[in-house]
Amino acid sequence: MEPIYLDNNATTRVDPAVVEAMLPFFTEHFGNASSIHAFGSQVGKALKKAREQVQGLLGAEHDSEIIFTSCGTESDSTAILSALKAQPERNTVITTVVEHPAILSLCEWLEKEGYVVHKLKVDKKGRLDLDEYKSLLHDRVAIVSAMWANNETGTLFPVETMAELAAERGIMFHTDAVQAVGKLPIDLKSTKIDLLSLSGHKLHAPKGIGVLYLRRGCRFRPLLRGGHQERGRRAGTENSASIVGLGVACELARQHMQTEQHVVRHLRDKLEMGLLGQISHCFATGDTANRLPNTCNIAFEYIEGEAILLLLNKLGIAASSGSACTSGSLEPSHVMRAMGIPYTAAHGTIRFSLSRYNTEPEVDRVIAAVPPIIAQLRKLSPYWKDAAPVKEFAPAYA
Amino acid sequence: MWEYSDKVREHFFNPRNSGPLEGANGIGDVGSIQCGDALRLMLKVDPESERIEAAHFQTFGCGSAIASSSALTEIVKGMSLDEALKVSNQDIADYLDGLPPEKMHCSVMGREALHAAIANFRGEVWSDDHEEGALICKCFAVDATLIEEVVRANNLHTVQEVTFYTKAGGGCAACHEGIEEILAKVSAERAGLGEVSPPPACPAAPELPKAQPVKLTSVQRIKKIEAVLESVRPMLQRDHGDIELVEVQGRQIYVHLQGACAGCMMEAATLGGIQQKLVEALGELVQVLPVSQMKTA
Repeated sequence: MEPIYLDNNATTRVDPAVVEAMLPFFTEHFGNASSIHAFGSQVGKALKKAREQVQGLLGAEHDSEIIFTSCGTESDSTAILSALKAQPERNTVITTVVEHPAILSLCEWLEKEGYVVHKLKVDKKGRLDLDEYKSLLHDRVAIVSAMWANNETGTLFPVETMAELAAERGIMFHTDAVQAVGKLPIDLKSTKIDLLSLSGHKLHAPKGIGVLYLRRGCRFRPLLRGGHQERGRRAGTENSASIVGLGVACELARQHMQTEQHVVRHLRDKLEMGLLGQISHCFATGDTANRLPNTCNIAFEYIEGEAILLLLNKLGIAASSGSACTSGSLEPSHVMRAMGIPYTAAHGTIRFSLSRYNTEPEVDRVIAAVPPIIAQLRKLSPYWKDAAPVKEFAPAYA
Repeated sequence: MWEYSDKVREHFFNPRNSGPLEGANGIGDVGSIQCGDALRLMLKVDPESERIEAAHFQTFGCGSAIASSSALTEIVKGMSLDEALKVSNQDIADYLDGLPPEKMHCSVMGREALHAAIANFRGEVWSDDHEEGALICKCFAVDATLIEEVVRANNLHTVQEVTFYTKAGGGCAACHEGIEEILAKVSAERAGLGEVSPPPACPAAPELPKAQPVKLTSVQRIKKIEAVLESVRPMLQRDHGDIELVEVQGRQIYVHLQGACAGCMMEAATLGGIQQKLVEALGELVQVLPVSQMKTA
C-alpha cells in the first residue's frame, strides 16, 4: 500500500528537478562564490540566477532585496532583532497570539530583556481585529510582525492592509510568509511589506535554506557578522547547492501556481466535505472562507489527536495534530486555545495539508479510512457513549 | 514521533478490557482534559474475598495513555485489593517495556485511577496527590515543581547542583536556561526573606566613566552633534560622499547626504550608524533622518 503524505505544512518532498539542479554543486561546481577564479565565478553566476528566480516568485522590485539565510527561523529572528537594533528609540513589537514559535519564543525572550510586546488576539475563526491593531500603532513601535498564513489552520491575515497602515505611520512591517509562499500569488513591489521570511523546504526545496526579503531603503542590522556575503547583510559562505535548489523550486512554484489554486484546492475541499459529511461532532477550525488552498484542520471531539495519527499511520496516512501529546508540552496547540476551541475538541484536531503531488484516489482513500478510526477511538472514550457525548463524566482534577 | 516499545504499540492497537463493565462496583475517574488525558477505571470486586474479578477501562488520550490503561487492567485482574494498592506507576511502565520520559504521567494516571476505584469500592473519599508542573528536563522527565522543591529544601544555587540532586539538566543541556530561571526565582524569594546569597566569585569590572546627566543647551547640543558628524566625515569622504547637518527638531536630527552618499543603497545603514554614535555621545535617544523627510512649518 502506497503511503499518502498529507503533512505538507510540516515539510515537503524535494522536487526531482530541484535535486537534479543541485547535484553538480556538490561535485564539479564546488567553488566558493567569493573566489576570483573560474571555480568561484561559475557559482557566483548560479547564485545570481537563483536570486532572480526568488525575486520573480515574490514579485520583488530588485534582486538585491533577497538575502539567503539558513531557514525561516533565522529570517524571522534577523528581521525583528534588526528592527530593534536599528531603531534604539523604539522599544515595542506588535505581533499576534497565533504566530509560529519562531516569532513567539523570540518575543517572550525580548519581553524578559525589557522590550514591550503586544500580541493581537484572534476571534473564534482566527481573525484579527484591525481596529485594535490600528489603536496600537504609535511612535514607540519598532516593527509589526504578522504571519501571512497560519501553519495550523491555513487562515490568512490581511498583511497587505496591515503593512499599509504601518507604513502610514512610519513603522516597519514584517511577515512570516513561510506557509504562504508558493501557495498564493505574491507581488511584493505592489505592497508596503518591508520584510518577509520564507523557508525552502515548505515549497519543495531542501531543508536548511531560507530567505529574508528586505525592501531597499529599509534600515537593517545583520544578525551574523563576518564576511561580505549577501552584501554584508548575512555573513557566512553561501549554501550554493541549496540556493540553486531554492531558485528552481521558486521557478516551479510559479509555474504550478494555478495547480495550487485550483487542483489542490479542489482536493482539499473534497477531503473536508467528505469527512465532515460522514462524521458527527466534528468541525473545521479557522477562517474557512479565507485560507490557504492546501490546508484543512478538523477538530474531532471527545478523542485525542495522537491516537488518531497512530491509527492513520498504520494505514500509511501521514497528517499532524494540535494535541498536547504530539508536541511534548502539557497544553494543546496555542492556536486552538487562542480561538477558544474547548479542550475536548482542541486535543482532537487533525491537520491535513496537501501538495501538488496528492491525487484524487489518495483523497478517496483517506475519506474512507478516517470514519472507522474516529468510531473506534470514541468507543474507548469515557466522554462518549453509543453515538453521543456523555455529559456527566467529570474526572478528579479535571 | 515518540519511540514507543512494541508492547506499547501492541496494547494501543489491540487494547484489552476496554469499554463499560457490567456490575462494576469500584469506579475511578481521573485525569485532566486540559492535559489531554482522562481515564475511567471500572473494577468488579468480590466483596467477600476483596479480589478483583474483572477490570475494564475507558480512556481519552494518546497512544501511551490507552496502552497504560490496557496494561493496568491486565496487571490488576485477579489481585486482592491490598496487592493492587502496591502496584506502582513504574510497574505499569515496566509491564509495557518502558514509556518515553514525557509519557510517564500516563502510568501515574493509571495508578491514580486504581487508587480512586478502590477508594470508591470501599466507600472512602480519594484525594489526589497529583502534582505536575511544566516538564523542564525532557531527558530525565523532571518537572518545575520538583526542581523548585529540591532547590528550596537543599539551598541549591547552581545548575550543576540541581543536576546532582535531581538529574535534571544532566542530558542534552537544553533545559539549563529553564533551570536557571527557577534558581533565579527562588533566589529572589530568598533575598526577600533576608537570606544571603553566596558571594560572587568573579571580581567586579572597573566603573566606566558615566555620561554627564547635565541637560545640554541647544547650542552645546548642536556642537556635540557637529563633532560626531566631523568624526565620521573622513569615512564618508573616503567613499566620495559627505554629510551636512540641516536641522535639529527635538529628538529628530535632519541631515543632508551629499556626493556618492546621496541615493546610495546603504543610505539607511549609514544613517543608522551615525544615529548610534549620536545616541552614545548625547546620552539620549535621537533619530537621524534624511532632510527629505523634514516637515517644514
